[in-house]
Amino acid sequence: MVVQNENCFRLNHLENSWDLDTYVANGGYEVWKKVVAGELEPNEIIEEVKASNIRGRGGAGFPTGLKWSFMNRNAPGQKYIVCNSDEGEPGTFKDRDIMRYNPHALVEGMAIAAYVIGASRGYNYIRGEFWEPYQRFNNAIKQAREAGFLGDNILGSGWDFDLFTHLGAGAYICGEETALIESIEGKKGQPRFKPPFPASFGLYGKPTTINNTETLASIPMILAKGGKWFNDLGVENAGGTKLYSVSGHVNAPGNFEVRMGTPFKDLLELAGGIWKGRQFKAVIPGGASTAIIPAEKALEMNMDYDSIAKAGSFLGAGSVIIMDDQTDIVKVMQNLSHFYWDESCGQCTPCREGTGWLYRVLTRIVEGKGRPEDIAALKDVSGKIMGNVICGLGDAATIALTSALEHYEHEFQHYIEHGCSIFDRQ
Amino acid sequence: MSSTVTNTANFIQGEVKARIDKWIANYPADQKKSATMPALRIVQECHHGYLTTDLMDQIAEYLEITPMEVYEVATFYGNYEHEPVGEIKLCVCNSISCMLRGRDEILAAIEKKIGIKPGEMTEDGRFSVKMVECLGACGGAPMMQVGKVYHENLTPENITDLLEEWSK
Ligand SMILES: NC(=O)C1=CN([C@@H]2O[C@H](COP(=O)(O)OP(=O)(O)OC[C@H]3O[C@@H](n4cnc5c(N)ncnc54)[C@H](O)[C@@H]3O)[C@@H](O)[C@H]2O)C=CC1
Ligand SMILES: Cc1cc2nc3c(=O)[nH]c(=O)nc-3n(C[C@H](O)[C@H](O)[C@H](O)COP(=O)(O)O)c2cc1C
Ligand code: SF4
Ligand code: FES
Repeated sequence: MVVQNENCFRLNHLENSWDLDTYVANGGYEVWKKVVAGELEPNEIIEEVKASNIRGRGGAGFPTGLKWSFMNRNAPGQKYIVCNSDEGEPGTFKDRDIMRYNPHALVEGMAIAAYVIGASRGYNYIRGEFWEPYQRFNNAIKQAREAGFLGDNILGSGWDFDLFTHLGAGAYICGEETALIESIEGKKGQPRFKPPFPASFGLYGKPTTINNTETLASIPMILAKGGKWFNDLGVENAGGTKLYSVSGHVNAPGNFEVRMGTPFKDLLELAGGIWKGRQFKAVIPGGASTAIIPAEKALEMNMDYDSIAKAGSFLGAGSVIIMDDQTDIVKVMQNLSHFYWDESCGQCTPCREGTGWLYRVLTRIVEGKGRPEDIAALKDVSGKIMGNVICGLGDAATIALTSALEHYEHEFQHYIEHGCSIFDRQ
Repeated sequence: MSSTVTNTANFIQGEVKARIDKWIANYPADQKKSATMPALRIVQECHHGYLTTDLMDQIAEYLEITPMEVYEVATFYGNYEHEPVGEIKLCVCNSISCMLRGRDEILAAIEKKIGIKPGEMTEDGRFSVKMVECLGACGGAPMMQVGKVYHENLTPENITDLLEEWSK
């Protein structure tokens, strides 16, 4: 059985689910009240978060409890909590709906995280195009401030925490955490070398914890119901529910909050199955930076890290892009390569030049001017980017393409030999 | 054309200034530079949707940073414009889910209705079309952003209707 909407989306069916009154009427800010009243110690919170087995929902899957434990709460000086709502990975659209329908869960989650790491200031970095989600979130901040849940001396506890937003301006790379920090500092969004990680050198050079929107919005429920509750919803290596964004060739695209480990075929069914009565060809399961999986394998996998890894890909941000049997894989790869070329920040030569190369070669192939040596060239350029760059964008630019060449090389071959796609064959 | 404003002296005053000041207050007192992005956005919004060197210089002066620091930011991020744009700027998503669900038909319908392709502007300056990367609304593909609003689940019919309405 597929159970839905137990966590971030639990209020979505209610009218004005984004309103403070709705949130409070459904148990919202109860955990936060306990925290500021000193009834829940930072160490206990970290233990619960560890027990929940929640892994970072931004895509890398790093254990959240462990990340929080890197911060020294009692070290002197300013520290920051930062939320990553830059959501730009093609196929990903879940954080937008958390902010639109349950923004107070994010406010409460950020407040709790801030308390645990000893930060009195926080920023939510929202991509600039997300105006409606920004307004909902900003309004939630305002309501929480008026209700005394944010600001100075929260509920008479002596604890201060204030929360702000920063809006992006159309740069995917700013979702990379260190580029995001640069961007808040008012600079170009160019990633920094890691280490040092933000936990030791973050925003304005201060210790900073950065988490994804879904990660932080999950915290209040984890603490309300206990880490064990969350852990038991999931599978051995990853707890909880997970938001999957399903798009592409399905009848009912959308976000689905289901349990980690839900069979892929159940998720596909929730999204209404393949559109136009066609057959299922392939899926990119975790956003544009994850490997493509052919239908046969996908139908046997479950939606959790280990099972997807076994099928040859990665869970990423849970961004499931479905393709039907009329899909031209070469054109899909051309589209993805354009994305990475467009979005490369330009600071590493292999990424800056290599992504352009990949795009140009794929365009040449799609235009019917492919050369026999082009497939080898694509592989060679991919190999030169992979592992030789500062951040994950460069690597990501090669992952889907490499997997497409593995499973669908004949489609590229057909273009090169006949100057057209397999669908143009008479 | 309405969007050529020659006199932009003292642009950062009144409402523009008040809006920028609100953002400056969101950052630590010694980190005014953090307000570069909001300042660029606000100035662009209040100046027919695009920036000029003069305007960027004024932002630099106001935030007490060098003009180069402002230019760097203004040219790095895709949403800042440096040439006049249409009063109604259609930002059509170019990425994978929108492509899979018929972006090309949407572009064709736009061209049929108002006669312009991506990167172009209508002669009266009313519309321009820009291709952008994934806007994080792939469940509503194909989609576009116009101003602060997302228009999702586009079809050749509904986009033609929208353009008809906006042409009035
Ligand atoms: N949600 C979206 O729109 C997008 C998501 N992604 C995802 O992002 C992922 C890559 O993210 P990265 O941040 O580059 O991964 P990463 O593995 O470098 O880091 C993951 C997180 O763990 C922390 N961390 C890791 N090792 C640490 C250590 N030893 N000490 C302290 N902190 C440590 C990092 O600071 C970071 O917060 C990709 O797998 C991709 O799926 C990529 C593009 C867009
Ligand atoms: C190119 C690139 C883009 C990224 N974009 C996002 C993003 O939009 N949202 C996000 O949460 N994480 C994104 N990440 C991952 C972040 O760097 C970071 O791992 C994440 O915000 C940490 O939060 P989490 O541990 O809660 O997942 C991106 C990484 C890379 C390499
Ligand atoms: S890999 Fe690409 S996006 Fe990442 S830092 Fe290098 S050039 Fe920039
Ligand atoms: S692909 Fe168009 S909104 Fe994501």
